[in-house]
Amino acid sequence: MTDNVVIQTRNLSKEYIRDEFHVVALQDVDIDIHRSEFVALMGPSGSGKSTLLHLIAAMDAATSGEIRVLGQDLRAMNDRQIARWRNENIGFVFQSFNLIPVLTAIENVELPLKLTHLKKQERIEHAATALQLVGLGDRLRHYPRQLSGGQEQRVAIARAIVTDPALILADEPTGNLDANSAVEVLTLLSRLNKEHSKTIIMVTHDPHAARFASTVRHLEKGALLAEGAVPAD
Amino acid sequence: MAIPLTYNLRNLVVRKTTTTMTALGIGLTVAVLLAILALVGGLRSSLQASGNPLNVLVLRKGTNAELSSGMTRENFQDIKFKRGIATSSSGEPQASLEMVSVINLASVDAPDGINVTLRGLTPTGIGLRDNLKLVAGRWFEPGKREVVVGESIEKRFPDARIGRKLHFGRGDWDVVGIMSVGKGTTNSEIYGDLNQVSADFQRADALSSILARATDPVAAHALINDIKNDPKLNLDAETELEYYQAQTSSGIVIESLGIFVSIIMGVGSSFAAMNTMYAAVARRAQEIGTLRVLGFSRGSILFSFVVESILLAALGGLVGCLLVLPLNGLTTGIGNFITFSEIDFNFRVTAQIMTVGVAFAMLLGAVGGLFPAASASRKEILAALRGI
Repeated sequence: MTDNVVIQTRNLSKEYIRDEFHVVALQDVDIDIHRSEFVALMGPSGSGKSTLLHLIAAMDAATSGEIRVLGQDLRAMNDRQIARWRNENIGFVFQSFNLIPVLTAIENVELPLKLTHLKKQERIEHAATALQLVGLGDRLRHYPRQLSGGQEQRVAIARAIVTDPALILADEPTGNLDANSAVEVLTLLSRLNKEHSKTIIMVTHDPHAARFASTVRHLEKGALLAEGAVPAD
Repeated sequence: MAIPLTYNLRNLVVRKTTTTMTALGIGLTVAVLLAILALVGGLRSSLQASGNPLNVLVLRKGTNAELSSGMTRENFQDIKFKRGIATSSSGEPQASLEMVSVINLASVDAPDGINVTLRGLTPTGIGLRDNLKLVAGRWFEPGKREVVVGESIEKRFPDARIGRKLHFGRGDWDVVGIMSVGKGTTNSEIYGDLNQVSADFQRADALSSILARATDPVAAHALINDIKNDPKLNLDAETELEYYQAQTSSGIVIESLGIFVSIIMGVGSSFAAMNTMYAAVARRAQEIGTLRVLGFSRGSILFSFVVESILLAALGGLVGCLLVLPLNGLTTGIGNFITFSEIDFNFRVTAQIMTVGVAFAMLLGAVGGLFPAASASRKEILAALRGI
């Protein structure tokens, strides 16, 4: 794994049993993702793209194969170490935003900083800066219910970047947004990639969204297709 | 660092109906416990306020109460001149021979009658009761069927008012005064002249006890040893304070029963808190998953939900305190298993008791919240994010 490769998988597989059926979610996936790359993972439902994202974020464990993220063998860490590692290195953006409804925008963004050594005032300043970066400097004290879908997703992005992680993982970030809000969010992700050199991996169904990425990779039935290849249908 | 407390507090506010109902349930349990503690606290306070450490109470050996004790006038002569007993300005030893009996008086809430302590004593005996004062009327006169009643007796028994008569012994007794001693048990007693009372009860030489004032604590200790070790007397002695403290056993039965009932109710309340927290965990599964993705450990999730349950229960504890506060100062009576008579006292809802109540509630919350919190912390991230 060279210094430039931040994610490397070899023969990565994930299988599970659902209702007595043996399901192969991911099969022998080999992929190298480089620093500052913006990768779009595409594929139909059940193709394994979200599974791959979850394995990269250490939210799930592979059945077999190797996975190194930011030089770390994820299989070698215990639960507590993974939680700490995820907080320091991963920013995750969900399709349905997943903001905590009882916390304001700035409190939501401050949450991951609670696990750092920053003092209260420093945490507030960092969170406010992140919200200003996503264009919500005037919505700090708003609760999620007082924001539009696009604004909620931008708060979620602010929360994902506030710890200055090396990797931003986005699972269908525009799936619940209207076209205009989707463009705003994708433009924001693109800016984070180009201006702040963030490595971004985005799962999407939407070919329009994928155009914002520098690399597009397709999955089909759990297998990663060769670079440039697209599913037959 | 832990998940912020604001998260738990605001979630309790958001679920205000569930929070209120659970807090009320826990509050009722706490109120039962506090009512019992306030009752026992009042009883103890009354008994403990009754004794003076310099007063030495002499009883027959082998008995633990004035009512079952026996004392002769000869005993009194043997004891009153013992070394260590204080004397008045006229040189009279500060010792009082007394007779204690129980009479039955009808009250508004007990028409069939309640046992009340009747004490025959001399003016010297009255002088030995610290803080005892006449609040209305006058003291009884020697040789007459006259009594002075404690202020609790006056409040609870319609016939025990100045100008009225009480019927016991061989005839009617005029109520001529009302006495008060602050919190002490004298408020629940009736005082009359020793010779008149003992004659009416045909116990002229079958009296009950001797109360003597020692000059100082060392003298009190020496006097007690002297009496106990005197083979001719066959008498026992202890300070008045020790005597009344020993009687707090009357409260132990009630206290134990109250704590037992509170524990049973507490188990129920604990299940209520558990139910509420299980519902909260189920409703917030996705939030739990999100917190885990943000880097919060399983331990943080466990701690956060236990804290939320404790906060919920603490609210219940405060509700319990509010429910029981109106009892503070309320007068009630309880049968004393040693004197076989009733002692009147006030419920005492103190800050200390309320602290115990809130702590008890928090314990219920911790126990009730532990299993739901453990279930929240055990959730796999992906299952939690799917709301499972």
